[in-house]
Amino acid sequence: MAASLVLALVVAVTVRAVLFRSSLAEFISERVEVVSPLNSWKRVVEGLSLLDLGVSPYSGNVFHETPLILYLFHFLIDYAEFVFMATDVITAVALYIAAEDFNKVVFRKQRIAFEFQKYAPDIITLVRTPKEMYHIPLKVALFYLLNPFTVLTCVAKSTCAIHNAIIAIFVLATVKGSAFISAVFLALATYQSLYPVALFAPALLYLAQKHYILVNLHSTTFLVLLLKYAVMFLGCLMVTICLSFFLLNSWSFIPSTYGFILSVPDLTPNIGLFWYFFAEMFEHFRLFFVCVFQINVFFYTLPLSVKLRDHPMFFMFVQLAIIAIFKSYPTVGDVALYMAFLPMWNHLYRFLRNIFVVTCMLISSSVLFPVLWHLWIYAGSANSNFYYAITLAFNVGQILLVSDYFYAYIRREYHLVEGLNLKSPDGKEAHVVLK
Amino acid sequence: MDSERWMLSVVGDGFRMMDAVNRAMDSVSRGQWILSNGCCQSGSLDFERRMLVDTAWKELTNVLSGLFCASLNFIDSTNTVTPTASFKPLGIINEMDHKFLRYAALPREIVCTENLTPWKKLLPCGSKAGLAVLLKAERLFHTSYHSQAVHVRPVCRNELCTNTSWELTQSLSVVFDLYSSGSGKREWSLFKMFSRTLTEVCPLASQSTIYVDITDKDKVNDTYELIPPAPVVLNTTVHGKWRSYAVYNLLNPQLYSASSHSLNIALKWKLSKPLVTPEVPVFYAERYVSGFGLQSGKINTLIYNNHPCRAFPVLLMEIVPWYLRLYVHTLTITAKGKENKPSYIHYQPAKDRECPHLLEMLIQLPAKSVTKIGIEFERALLKWTEYPPDPNHGFYVSSSVLSALVPSSVNMEINSTKLSPLSTKLFPTIDSSIYFVRLYTEALLVNLPTPDFSMPYNVICLTCTVVAVGYGSFYNLLTRTFQIVEPSGGVAKRIANMIRRLRGVPPI
Repeated sequence: MAASLVLALVVAVTVRAVLFRSSLAEFISERVEVVSPLNSWKRVVEGLSLLDLGVSPYSGNVFHETPLILYLFHFLIDYAEFVFMATDVITAVALYIAAEDFNKVVFRKQRIAFEFQKYAPDIITLVRTPKEMYHIPLKVALFYLLNPFTVLTCVAKSTCAIHNAIIAIFVLATVKGSAFISAVFLALATYQSLYPVALFAPALLYLAQKHYILVNLHSTTFLVLLLKYAVMFLGCLMVTICLSFFLLNSWSFIPSTYGFILSVPDLTPNIGLFWYFFAEMFEHFRLFFVCVFQINVFFYTLPLSVKLRDHPMFFMFVQLAIIAIFKSYPTVGDVALYMAFLPMWNHLYRFLRNIFVVTCMLISSSVLFPVLWHLWIYAGSANSNFYYAITLAFNVGQILLVSDYFYAYIRREYHLVEGLNLKSPDGKEAHVVLK
Repeated sequence: MDSERWMLSVVGDGFRMMDAVNRAMDSVSRGQWILSNGCCQSGSLDFERRMLVDTAWKELTNVLSGLFCASLNFIDSTNTVTPTASFKPLGIINEMDHKFLRYAALPREIVCTENLTPWKKLLPCGSKAGLAVLLKAERLFHTSYHSQAVHVRPVCRNELCTNTSWELTQSLSVVFDLYSSGSGKREWSLFKMFSRTLTEVCPLASQSTIYVDITDKDKVNDTYELIPPAPVVLNTTVHGKWRSYAVYNLLNPQLYSASSHSLNIALKWKLSKPLVTPEVPVFYAERYVSGFGLQSGKINTLIYNNHPCRAFPVLLMEIVPWYLRLYVHTLTITAKGKENKPSYIHYQPAKDRECPHLLEMLIQLPAKSVTKIGIEFERALLKWTEYPPDPNHGFYVSSSVLSALVPSSVNMEINSTKLSPLSTKLFPTIDSSIYFVRLYTEALLVNLPTPDFSMPYNVICLTCTVVAVGYGSFYNLLTRTFQIVEPSGGVAKRIANMIRRLRGVPPI
């Protein structure tokens, strides 16, 4: 298995190296679907040259990266391509190891459930076998490495790749059960873009499950774990923010990074829902709708943690997807990260209802994005509505994908407990609906 | 305020000799006001004093807007900058701290009769006597180029400079193209240009003079005739060249004709002299936008140094509005095929909706070369309320300002005769081996991508629908549970169930 992983890594690195050397690299690094004002490489270079000129990079509105990234690239600017290929490799390896470890956890849970006879007698087709689960880690790594979205993000040198790597290591640390490392990387991810703070809940639930702590708000052990994890996370976050202050001797990076993410002043088109909405917003309601949209990202965390408290990994996947869809400046790199988790839920295929429609929507929208952009910006024969429509279609496709997997997941859980061949009270074959 | 584009390379240096301080080559008029708050004591600048200057700037722009019927009240923080090196205060000023300086330009505004009338009202005799009787709006605005300016500066009242007073200078530059717009005869006269002649001098004027440039009059061949003949000829240096002027002192009653008590200065060309292309000036500049599409572009400035042997530095100040996001790492300066690094660079990046980009550079221009400066930008998508009416017309970028001390082509000595104040104003001679030139390049017109202005309600509905699709799906999945129901009929359902049974999946 390790050999196939190495082979996959080599293939992926070759593909990226080839694209780096081609003329497409320049074209890709300017695509608005791949880079956003937050993570564009052009803006990183601009920030570095402003630093060289002696002007604070945060005095203008071009640079929105955190100071740690600025200084990272201050030293690594000559090796930028290697850095991005290495981050993709790190992400893939981290996801591989996390998937492997998670498989063991799934197996253990299944065995415990069988021992305590929690499952219905006729669910033999739903049981997960080692044979089917053997290739999942490799598939996860492949899904990430060879996803066109990931390749485009890497070739464009968007710092979203670094963000994905940090989140992947965070997932790995959580799966391995190390609360401290998990808190550190979660703090780094939150420091870079604000939204990963919503991943605190699934990580906490996973760690509780890993350490055999019952998730109960009245249980002191759980509260102790919660407090420990929260203190570690907040402490690391404070340390990184104070370190950034000392790097540049001013707090001006906070309005330029977090203020920018939250207040959405830049309306550059991207694959998200925010840009056109706020381009056409009446000034009077702008603050209200900004708040509504930002709350929408974090809103699902609590209900999901109640519903999925026994399934924290799936919760992690759904939360990542919600962040990728509803964040203020999404790019295809964010989409690629949660799509890498899809092979873990291969066993849900039989319960998926809309997978064909969703796949068609996502593929056709992805293909039409550059076409309609060209028609609007270069040919002048379309207008912004065309690009906006494809944005809507892409986001609806993503929402349907996530909710379809969610439906399939809870349906399988229901069938595991109640059995596959259900009978209605009068003996006839029954159907199951969500009511 | 100026109108029309003026290509120096085509027309030549001729009309610029009237002014060594401010001349603009914009394609549209703009107001440029420099406030140098010389009355403040020098010391450390704190936030309060900057607020005072900003308040004073706002007051000034609004007062001038009312005074000249110009839309100068549109000057706000989004188009005001604080240049560090390009401008020095005129007159007797103690304060040299550039933080008190404000500069703004409105490239979209145009100059018209409404601005000329209050300008004329500022003159002591108005348009009733003196030279101002010539300034009739219908003739002045039929010209190729029109520019009016007002300068205020403090000057010494006496030689010991114990008191200062304010000196108001009003200048009007007009370029008449009589050859192509007239009858084709090679002659000009005051009557032809202004459809008026001078009748009486302003009684409040201590000096009223007309200068006619007769430098290229070939005395031997007698190429043209000046009517009435020049009573006095003045030889002076302007922009590094010797020039001779016929001086008409309007206070002299003998100039006026006895019968109609009017003076009409006319110049008639005698021989059919072949048209000579005017001399290309030593220092001029052009600016244009390159690139295609509505995503990005590049601002290019070409600066020409036609001096045969001397290189000189030029201070370039570019003000670019915030919605064209400049990338200073793409700044390239090349001269004669090699890279040319500026010796001083001050860059203040723009803040969205607050202040524009300010780029000031001191560039050394090699002799007989063209220096090309290019900087890339990205076009921003604005909120739909921020677009002006007719958004597809484009957005204007105000002209960049080039200031240079140009060396003269000819080596000469300073003319030691004591000149009158008016003459010193028109022909300032700091040092005859160099002269100061301030150039303004063309204003640029740039298109930005526009949203669809008819769609605010539709966009809000559709986006909220997508968010509601997400919310609804998650709400259903989170709050509902699976329940067993009776199978319901329907052909489609039965077919679907058959297919599902074949697949081995539980039926719907």
